[in-house]
Amino acid sequence: MQNNLLASLKEHQNKLLTTWSQLLQANGSTDGATEEEESKEFAALLLDALHYSNGNTDSDELEKVHDLLIGISSSRGRRGFSPRENAQYLIAFKEAASKILSEVESDPSKLYTANLQLSTILDNMAILTFESYMKGREDVISRQIDEISEISTPVIRVWDGVVALPIIGTLDSSRTQVVMENLLQQIVDTGSSIAILDISGVPAVDSLVAQHLIKTVSATRLMGAECIISGIRPEIAQTVVHLGIDLTGIITKASLASALQTAFDMLQLTVVKRK
Amino acid sequence: MTTATSKEELLIVKEQDVVPLRNRVKEYGVKIGMSILNQTKLITATSELVRNLLKYGGGGKVIIESVSNGRDQGVRVTFIDNGPGIKDISLAMKDGYSTGKSLGLGLPGTKRLVNEFDIQTELGNGTTVTIIKWKNG
Ligand SMILES: Nc1ncnc2c1ncn2[C@@H]1O[C@H](COP(=O)(O)OP(=O)(O)OP(=O)(O)O)[C@@H](O)[C@H]1O
Ligand SMILES: [Mg+2]
Repeated sequence: MQNNLLASLKEHQNKLLTTWSQLLQANGSTDGATEEEESKEFAALLLDALHYSNGNTDSDELEKVHDLLIGISSSRGRRGFSPRENAQYLIAFKEAASKILSEVESDPSKLYTANLQLSTILDNMAILTFESYMKGREDVISRQIDEISEISTPVIRVWDGVVALPIIGTLDSSRTQVVMENLLQQIVDTGSSIAILDISGVPAVDSLVAQHLIKTVSATRLMGAECIISGIRPEIAQTVVHLGIDLTGIITKASLASALQTAFDMLQLTVVKRK
Repeated sequence: MTTATSKEELLIVKEQDVVPLRNRVKEYGVKIGMSILNQTKLITATSELVRNLLKYGGGGKVIIESVSNGRDQGVRVTFIDNGPGIKDISLAMKDGYSTGKSLGLGLPGTKRLVNEFDIQTELGNGTTVTIIKWKNG
């Protein structure tokens, strides 16, 4: 008996849509035609669900509304709505529905029960939109992480037999792994005998980064190639010394240019100026 | 007397927290006009201590402060964990001592990079390391 109230909202569908869109407009969180279509579909489906689910707050009908809502909120996300505006979308619906309920029912206790059910259902939906919004963002972030770690470790063939790898950003353990694998693979693929690791773009060399560099150099040597580390800025050199890291045994150069010069020397090549 | 002018606290629980912390510490250095060399020393020291806090202390919190002693301005960073503590500090402060199969340079190296270094530890109760890098230090 008490459920008839929510079910009866279906009879006031048009009025509800009008009130809802007025509220959304008042909040300034609407973008016109696309939204109107979505809202119509959402309201129709939800009101149907309320009609058939008999006050049950997790019926199969409501599941269908959830699916639609997830689609709507990710589409709204792509259209540039903020999470706040997304939340307002449902809150405004609740407000509109609640307003209509109080117009058609005057018994406070029936009204109370109906509003409570309405709240439960719509609050659940609000959580859902929030989750799907977050999930959308997380997908983007994890895709970007993959992309960054790929684009940030290019191995460049600078000369016959010489490959260079500029490192930009922080060298943590997982990044080092990618760098090392890339470098070793390129040494094999290009048949290079010299690898230059340029660290101009690394903000700080602490003992962990140093250890990673030392490991990379050792691995390169095991493959029968020599590794030169270039791009050691003055402040990095001094800090490394104070820290007590021993980089003797490793060929280090201030710039990529001087590393290349050293590589030429090792390959017994000379660059001469044409007269 | 050293007084703090601005202060903030950051929770450190995972490796991904290291870079944002370092950037924040660097901003404090830049704000008081610290040289690139001193900035680099400060963020390298920060890097070492925050890695220890994660690796041995199981995470914790870091407080960054802008400090002044009347003559000079500086940045103070405090690393607090509730980990197992350090059994023998003088051993841990030795170059090359590591229980983590590492270089064993973090603590002694950090001490050389900063102007003030203090370590308090209690077995079973955690470790607190405080460093200060002065602008002209
Ligand atoms: N916050 C901490 N809690 C517990 N033990 C610690 C803590 N920090 C350091 N230690 C102990 O002190 C030792 C020395 O630390 P230190 O940072 O000098 O070297 P490391 O971390 O082992 O190697 P590195 O820093 O060179 O990679 C560590 O191996 C560990 O046993
Ligand atoms: Mg350490």
